[in-house]
Amino acid sequence: MISVQAEKEKEILTLSIYGEIDHHSAKEIRCETDRQILSMRPKKVRMDLSGVSFMDSSGLGLIMGRYALTSDIGSELTVLNPTDAVARIILMAGLDKIVPMERSK
Amino acid sequence: MKSKLLNEMRLTIPSKSVNESYARYAVSAFVGQLDPSVGDLGDIRTAVSEAVTNCVVHAYRDTEGKIYICAKYYDDGKVVISIRDKGCGIADVKKAMEPLYTTDTSGERGGMGFAIMESFTDKLRVRSAAGFGTSVVMTKRIKK
Ligand SMILES: Nc1ncnc2c1ncn2[C@@H]1O[C@H](COP(=O)(O)OP(=O)(O)OP(=O)(O)O)[C@@H](O)[C@H]1O
Ligand SMILES: [Mg+2]
Repeated sequence: MISVQAEKEKEILTLSIYGEIDHHSAKEIRCETDRQILSMRPKKVRMDLSGVSFMDSSGLGLIMGRYALTSDIGSELTVLNPTDAVARIILMAGLDKIVPMERSK
Repeated sequence: MKSKLLNEMRLTIPSKSVNESYARYAVSAFVGQLDPSVGDLGDIRTAVSEAVTNCVVHAYRDTEGKIYICAKYYDDGKVVISIRDKGCGIADVKKAMEPLYTTDTSGERGGMGFAIMESFTDKLRVRSAAGFGTSVVMTKRIKK
């Protein structure tokens, strides 16, 4: 099962995703992330992927789609704390050149 | 020397997106009999997820059809996984396999599926006939 937790701090919206990201779960995640992004319209959106135990190319698509959405509203997107397996797929696709990866803690 | 077949599994499932995770865990549970590393098992799970998702998203698009999965392993640690569909097929396989190539127009796909299958396995063979379906065969050697 998948869940999205939103945390707002000043102009930063952190969306923490827990579970497995594939084509099946992406739809539900997209629904929730986009609702949060569009209602808050923050300066910065961070997608925290530390709780993602599996991700395939549908996850890359999910990040790309959120990049398009945040760009549209003049907001900046970053990916936070991906696990090694998730980071590997992001790096393979070169997606980190468009959406920077950040580490915290 | 020819390797000897030790075990095989077959699974036929409808192309429902909820079956994507079922398919990758079924195959990885089977390959788990070889006691592979966590890394190898993760690679297989991801590669299977890519091939099965392509059947759901592209081959059968707005319809529903069957996905045929077969996995075999041999005494030398070779694992062969085949994923077939009887969907729309691919007119130009070479082009479809290029990284970043996608026919998706939603902006939610990056055309990385085949590139991931290729990099997470040792060998990838794709055969397709437009209008008849697609067969993806992946081979991976499990280190002892
Ligand atoms: N089983 C299939 N049946 C029909 N067409 C397919 C099939 N698998 C792949 N394709 C075609 O090949 C293209 C490339 O597939 P690939 O998996 O590399 O990328 P994608 O599915 O478009 O995007 P991503 O996998 O990154 O989400 C697809 O866009 C589709 O046109
Ligand atoms: Mg794909």
